[in-house]
Amino acid sequence: MEQILSVLIGILVASAVYLMLARNLLRFLFGLILLSNAANLTIFVAGRLTPGAPPLVPDGMDAPVGVVANALPQALVLTAIVIGFGLFAFALILAFRAYQSLGTLNTDEMRVAEPKEN
Amino acid sequence: MSLFFIVALPFFGALLPGLMNAAGRSATAGVTFTVTLAAFIGLLTNLPAILAGDVVMARVDWMPALGLNFTLMLDSLGFFFALLILGIGLLIIAYARQYLSSKDHMGEFFTYLLLFQGAMVGIVLSDNILLLLIFWELTSLSSFLLIGYWKHLPEGRQGARMALTVTGMGGLAMIGGMLILGQIVGSYDLSVILQNRELIQADPLYVPALILILLGCFTKSAQFPFHFWLPHAMAAPTPVSAYLHSATMVKAGIFLMARMWPVLSGTPEWFVIVTSAGLITMVLGAVIALFKHDLKALLAFSTVSHLGLITMLLGTGTAFGAMAAVFHILNHATFKAALFMSAGIIDHEAHTRDIRRLGGLRTLMPITFMIVSLAALSMAGIPLLNGFLSKEMMLEEANHTVLFNSPWLVPVLATFGSLFSAAYCFRLIGHVFFGPVRDDYPAKPHDPGAGLWLPPALLIIPVVVIGVAPFVAEPFVKLVTASVLGSAAEMPSAHLKIWHGLVPALYMSIIAVVGGLVMLAIFTPALRIWENTPRPEAKVIFETIVEAAAKLAQALILPLHNGAFSRYAAVGTITIVVAGYYAWTTGTIGAPTHALQPADPVLISGWGMLVAATIGMVFLHRNRFLSLILIGIVGLMVSIGFVFLSAPDLAMTQFTVEVVTIILMLLALNFLPNRTPIESSVLRRVRDVGVAAAGGLASFALAYHYMLRDPVASSISEFHLANSYKGGGGTNVVNVILVDFRGFDTFGEIIVLSIAALLIYALTETLLGGPVGAKLLNRRPDQPRAGDMHPMMMVVLTRGMMPVVMMVGFYIFLSGHNEPGGGFIAGLIVSIGMVMQYMASGFSWASARLKYPYHGVIGAGVLVAGFTGIGSWFVDKPFLTSDFTYVRIPPFEKFELATAALFDVGVFLSVVGAVMLSLESFSRLARRADAPQVLHPMDIDPSREDLKEGV
Repeated sequence: MEQILSVLIGILVASAVYLMLARNLLRFLFGLILLSNAANLTIFVAGRLTPGAPPLVPDGMDAPVGVVANALPQALVLTAIVIGFGLFAFALILAFRAYQSLGTLNTDEMRVAEPKEN
Repeated sequence: MSLFFIVALPFFGALLPGLMNAAGRSATAGVTFTVTLAAFIGLLTNLPAILAGDVVMARVDWMPALGLNFTLMLDSLGFFFALLILGIGLLIIAYARQYLSSKDHMGEFFTYLLLFQGAMVGIVLSDNILLLLIFWELTSLSSFLLIGYWKHLPEGRQGARMALTVTGMGGLAMIGGMLILGQIVGSYDLSVILQNRELIQADPLYVPALILILLGCFTKSAQFPFHFWLPHAMAAPTPVSAYLHSATMVKAGIFLMARMWPVLSGTPEWFVIVTSAGLITMVLGAVIALFKHDLKALLAFSTVSHLGLITMLLGTGTAFGAMAAVFHILNHATFKAALFMSAGIIDHEAHTRDIRRLGGLRTLMPITFMIVSLAALSMAGIPLLNGFLSKEMMLEEANHTVLFNSPWLVPVLATFGSLFSAAYCFRLIGHVFFGPVRDDYPAKPHDPGAGLWLPPALLIIPVVVIGVAPFVAEPFVKLVTASVLGSAAEMPSAHLKIWHGLVPALYMSIIAVVGGLVMLAIFTPALRIWENTPRPEAKVIFETIVEAAAKLAQALILPLHNGAFSRYAAVGTITIVVAGYYAWTTGTIGAPTHALQPADPVLISGWGMLVAATIGMVFLHRNRFLSLILIGIVGLMVSIGFVFLSAPDLAMTQFTVEVVTIILMLLALNFLPNRTPIESSVLRRVRDVGVAAAGGLASFALAYHYMLRDPVASSISEFHLANSYKGGGGTNVVNVILVDFRGFDTFGEIIVLSIAALLIYALTETLLGGPVGAKLLNRRPDQPRAGDMHPMMMVVLTRGMMPVVMMVGFYIFLSGHNEPGGGFIAGLIVSIGMVMQYMASGFSWASARLKYPYHGVIGAGVLVAGFTGIGSWFVDKPFLTSDFTYVRIPPFEKFELATAALFDVGVFLSVVGAVMLSLESFSRLARRADAPQVLHPMDIDPSREDLKEGV
């Protein structure tokens, strides 16, 4: 299970980086989504893999019994997912604005602040 | 008065001149004067204690863990300097009122002046060296503002920049030196450091610390080779030059050398560095000063020379030298400030400072002539004036100083320096005031009003009084010297007096004065030789170095940082991978401690879909609709993975966020190009594949290897698991961590989310107000619209679903503390329910039914969470300490009431508000001029003519 998950992370990162290396903003945004998934998974698996044992305290007990999943990365990733949404929505509106105001999605052509030197 | 007030008064007072500016120039100067006077009187209230030999302390612990305490100390040395700073400050303020013209912004000037004054007083009163460093940097900054006060003059700006660069760099070096010193002693308090001379001088780090601290002192006090900034700083208004560059700032370095004298001096390193730097500076400054034609430049170099003299005296490391240094600081401050102010008067009245255009002013400006003559003769070392006394002591000390095994080197050079010093003083009097009256002055010179001449005239009083009756100053000089010496040396028995008998110093003095007169007589040929002698121009060298540094920085940065985002991404990825690879190859990695766990076939098939969808994104991203579906698949599969790997909370969050993200993309992609063109060459894509593969491989290796091993350090997760129920009162550990253990983080996160939503709102709002808004309103969609905009089935279904969704959200929220769920997830679920209404029934219909604006919901959420945290202050607990209890209200079962639940309400509200505000902002973009605004409960196709009647 560990090997397929790490391969998955590798593929997600590679695809995300490939998409983000482009000059097209939309492609960059797609890459951003993949990258945030990859990052979330990487943090999550840092808690190691414990299938079938969610971190819940059984009724009548003071603490979980036996080995349960690591709760801390889960809490970290939970907020990361929500913040990731905020980040993505913000990036999307920036891309949208740039496209509507400048008429292009190509980052190399967006040269309002730094006009091309000739 | 408490020392805190003396330091704080100028800082708080700095607010006043700006406010008073509208009330007129005299009111502005008046308030500044009053503030300074208050601090001055406050200082004088401590005089009895100082005279009794006490040290006044004031202390407030600030960050004791870092050794940073707000500790102030007033001993006689600090008192002496504070007296100079505030006393001469008073004269300068009165003088500046008259000097500045009505075009100058007086409030600004006095604000800077008070800031500077506060920083200077801070330096001389600090007991903690870290605090001293802060004030030290503040003087650099405020003097930058003062030197560049005439912003319209390029020389002013350049001079200010140069001063800041040089003194700022010295300040950085000094921070290093002070930190080393603090580490050696184990305390950052001066009063402790000064007791540890042996400890410091025996430490192997003594020399580095000494050099770093001296760098700070030399740059500040314009010692060779850093002397070049001071003359360029003379582009400042004359009151600034008189204040900063004669009496105060340039003395800060001297002060610090005197302050550190008991612990740093007396070693061969100190002696060689400080004495030779002082000696070179003294001679060089005096020679250059003689040949300067600008009055202020002449005075600037003479200041450099005299600072060198004081530095040399401190460098000798003897008690007599220290006493001479203290005495000369006092004398120099009086005559030099008077000279600077007089130079300002001449400039003010004759409209030129060029000595070659002046001459014969003796009869035109008799008062100024008197003041300048007395001050300059004192500086030249003529008996019965105070400059003579300290110069004699300097020559006496020089006579006993053996540098580089040569008993004659220091005396000869000191005499040589004094000779040139006398020469420029004579030139100052002779070429400006004597000679024939000219008829080509730029303006008709005459003595100014008392407002301008009185301040320098007051300074002449001590020049003469001390000169005639040195015993008046002796007790004070000895008192200050005692605190310079500390416990390191015995007080010298010598007395301040005019006649010492026929000692070598007297002959040296006579040589200097006679030589100075000869020098003046042969000035014209000497000037010709000087002008034909090639010599390095410090400003050019400085600018060459600065430009070279800037070029180097550009050469380094521009290739990496050329504005193309894709390059940043590539450089960033490669750097991370290389750094990781380096760590991997140089570090050690233990053997795996976990066995591989078998993979479920279901898991493998889900994994296959996920991989296929991800790779599909790479190949199909040019089609935005397909990309959307693939993104949906990726998100859903990840959330199923979370279910499988025991993270139900994550699965629910990921799932709901995925839904919201897809809706958001549906809204936005509508306005973006349908297809992405191929923009990259094959070569570029090969490069991209290479970078991406490296990144992917590295992430794979990282994840794979750490999954097979236990953490190196023990994890705090165990604590969370064990205390979730006992300490937090909840059985869902993930939720307890979010709202309790890490509540402060969560609080920050909801604020970030809220800010993002508000920014999205602001960006769409400004966009819709501008030309883009008009374009959007009249746009023609690139896809055909559905005839049935709000399908009946969907409308009925979503409205029926709404209460159910709300109830599910409520349940998930309530059970969140004990079962998977909580504020984040509930907020997302409720948001989806509401978004469904927008989608089914239209924007206008849904927003018409909205009672509370989303901004308000966001604000309420953050406030609820914040006040929950503040609530714990009332029971004397830190922010966000949680508490819980169990209550039983029949006929319900026992249930838990926790403050964490209230906090979760805040989380819930801000998530709902933020998500809805983002989505609403995006959907506002979709408005079109021809789109019907539907407000009634039901519609089928509003464009149908027969239905429009019934509206």
